[in-house]
Amino acid sequence: MLEVQSVSKSFDGFRAVDDVSFSVARGSIVGLIGPNGAGKTTTFNLIAGTLTPSAGSVRIDGRAVEHEPAHRRIAAGLARTFQIPKPFGEMSVLENVLVAAQDQAGERIAPNLFARGAVRRREKANIERARDIVAFVDLGKVERLPAKSLSGGQRKLLELARVLMAKPKLILLDEPAAGVNPALLETIMERIETINADGVTFLIIEHNMDLVGRLCGEVIVMAEGRVLGRGAPSEMARDPRVIEAYLGGAPA
Amino acid sequence: MIDLVGYGAFFLVNALIFGVICLGLNLQWGQTGLFNVGVAGFVAIGAYASAILTTPETADRIGGFDWPILAGWLAAMLLAGGAAALIGLATLRLRADYLAMTTFGIAVTIQVVALNATGLTGGPFGIAFIPRPFAGLAETPIAFNAANLALTGAVTLGLFLLLEMLTRSPFGRVLRAIREDEAAAASLGKSVNFYRLQAFALGGAIMGLAGAMQAHFIGFIAPDNYLSILTFQAWAMLIVGGSGNNRGALIGAVVVWALWSLSSLAVGSFVAPAFQARAAALQIVAIGVALAAILIIRPRGLIGERAIVSRDVEAMAGEAGTD
Repeated sequence: MLEVQSVSKSFDGFRAVDDVSFSVARGSIVGLIGPNGAGKTTTFNLIAGTLTPSAGSVRIDGRAVEHEPAHRRIAAGLARTFQIPKPFGEMSVLENVLVAAQDQAGERIAPNLFARGAVRRREKANIERARDIVAFVDLGKVERLPAKSLSGGQRKLLELARVLMAKPKLILLDEPAAGVNPALLETIMERIETINADGVTFLIIEHNMDLVGRLCGEVIVMAEGRVLGRGAPSEMARDPRVIEAYLGGAPA
Repeated sequence: MIDLVGYGAFFLVNALIFGVICLGLNLQWGQTGLFNVGVAGFVAIGAYASAILTTPETADRIGGFDWPILAGWLAAMLLAGGAAALIGLATLRLRADYLAMTTFGIAVTIQVVALNATGLTGGPFGIAFIPRPFAGLAETPIAFNAANLALTGAVTLGLFLLLEMLTRSPFGRVLRAIREDEAAAASLGKSVNFYRLQAFALGGAIMGLAGAMQAHFIGFIAPDNYLSILTFQAWAMLIVGGSGNNRGALIGAVVVWALWSLSSLAVGSFVAPAFQARAAALQIVAIGVALAAILIIRPRGLIGERAIVSRDVEAMAGEAGTD
């Protein structure tokens, strides 16, 4: 599903991501863990196109995307959420989700003038689907409220709903558990499991080991911009190199 | 009484032309979050374009093509929109504060060109004898003003309905998403630069149309009409009325123009003639005070953005309560 090959990214000589390679199999949930500053979010940004790699390639479903701008990634089947959620604050929850629908004729000016019926029918179908998704992530009661009024955990759910609307094949989640209360976290984990059961692949950055242990069949450990190892979560937690990276100084 | 009605029509024509400018600014700033502080420049392009094309042949400058007024209006929109598209291509990648500086500089440049390119613009003396719609009625001011009000009102209404349709469509929704968070909009597959360019160019074309309408209603233009004060007025109108709402843009224009005209009247009536030129600055103070008051009392303007803008989402309000 996702192949990252020898990807590097330097900022003013500092190699934030250094020759990173890994792949994520279709239908799996893979965790990306590591101490702060390991280069996890930079790796995400490279895969999602927010940043362009200095070297290396990123393939989604066999398609090389590393030189395409961020807004083209979703057509390749890739969607992402943000570490700090980015809701469209002044817009209602439902409209937040509607923005994510793909191939909307009504997003161009001309069809709004000359093919209003078609735009309208499409919009109604999208609204129906958006309401189902909003209800699926338990935001049905607040669907008409502005997104800025949501709590931190609800914003994570909103981002998940937004991404689902785009029907992606691969979802990158950046710290879905951060700052979320335990009850809401349970909801988030259940929803991820349900979506995954439908065949959607996940790559998840997370520090919360409960979530990682429950959802991720495999984790990739990063430290200092490199991939340190890969394996089952319990196995990696015992790996001396991993323990050294988290608890010790810089790995030698 | 007749005089008052005539003045009322004259006042409303001017106010609605400002309303058109505000509709353009609302598309750029209210919907898309583009910080354009060069409004006067686009209005000037439209005014000069239409004036040069529609005036009768003149010996001392290029132009005077004697085109019909309507053709002048369309050319004004095309030229101002085209200029906005070019400027947009060069600047829309910039962050908001840099876009503000750039548009401000461009507007100042346009005004200086109008002042100095005497062979094209008439320089400081401007362009006179611009054909006025319903010029045949000019003998009876009340009929002339009423006919122009009907025309200006119809254009404003048509534009309002068009923009309202776009604002409440999926297209408008993408603009608002970009305004709220451009990285998130891009991650959902929206080409941020392309949408910004469309909003900027369309907004510029609307400002150009307003410039042409104003030039033809007054019949005379000069570079002094297009100083930064015009940009300030348009911004004050949009913020007072309610940024993000097309109705707000129009209402703000009428309210602030009323305040401007009343303060002008007050300066004329209560200040000794010798001091009137200086006291005119009080008009700007009055608008500044109104702006500050609105920002304190109603930060979202007289009528701010709707909670739900998308037409079909709002339409399901009734059914939503029942399930």
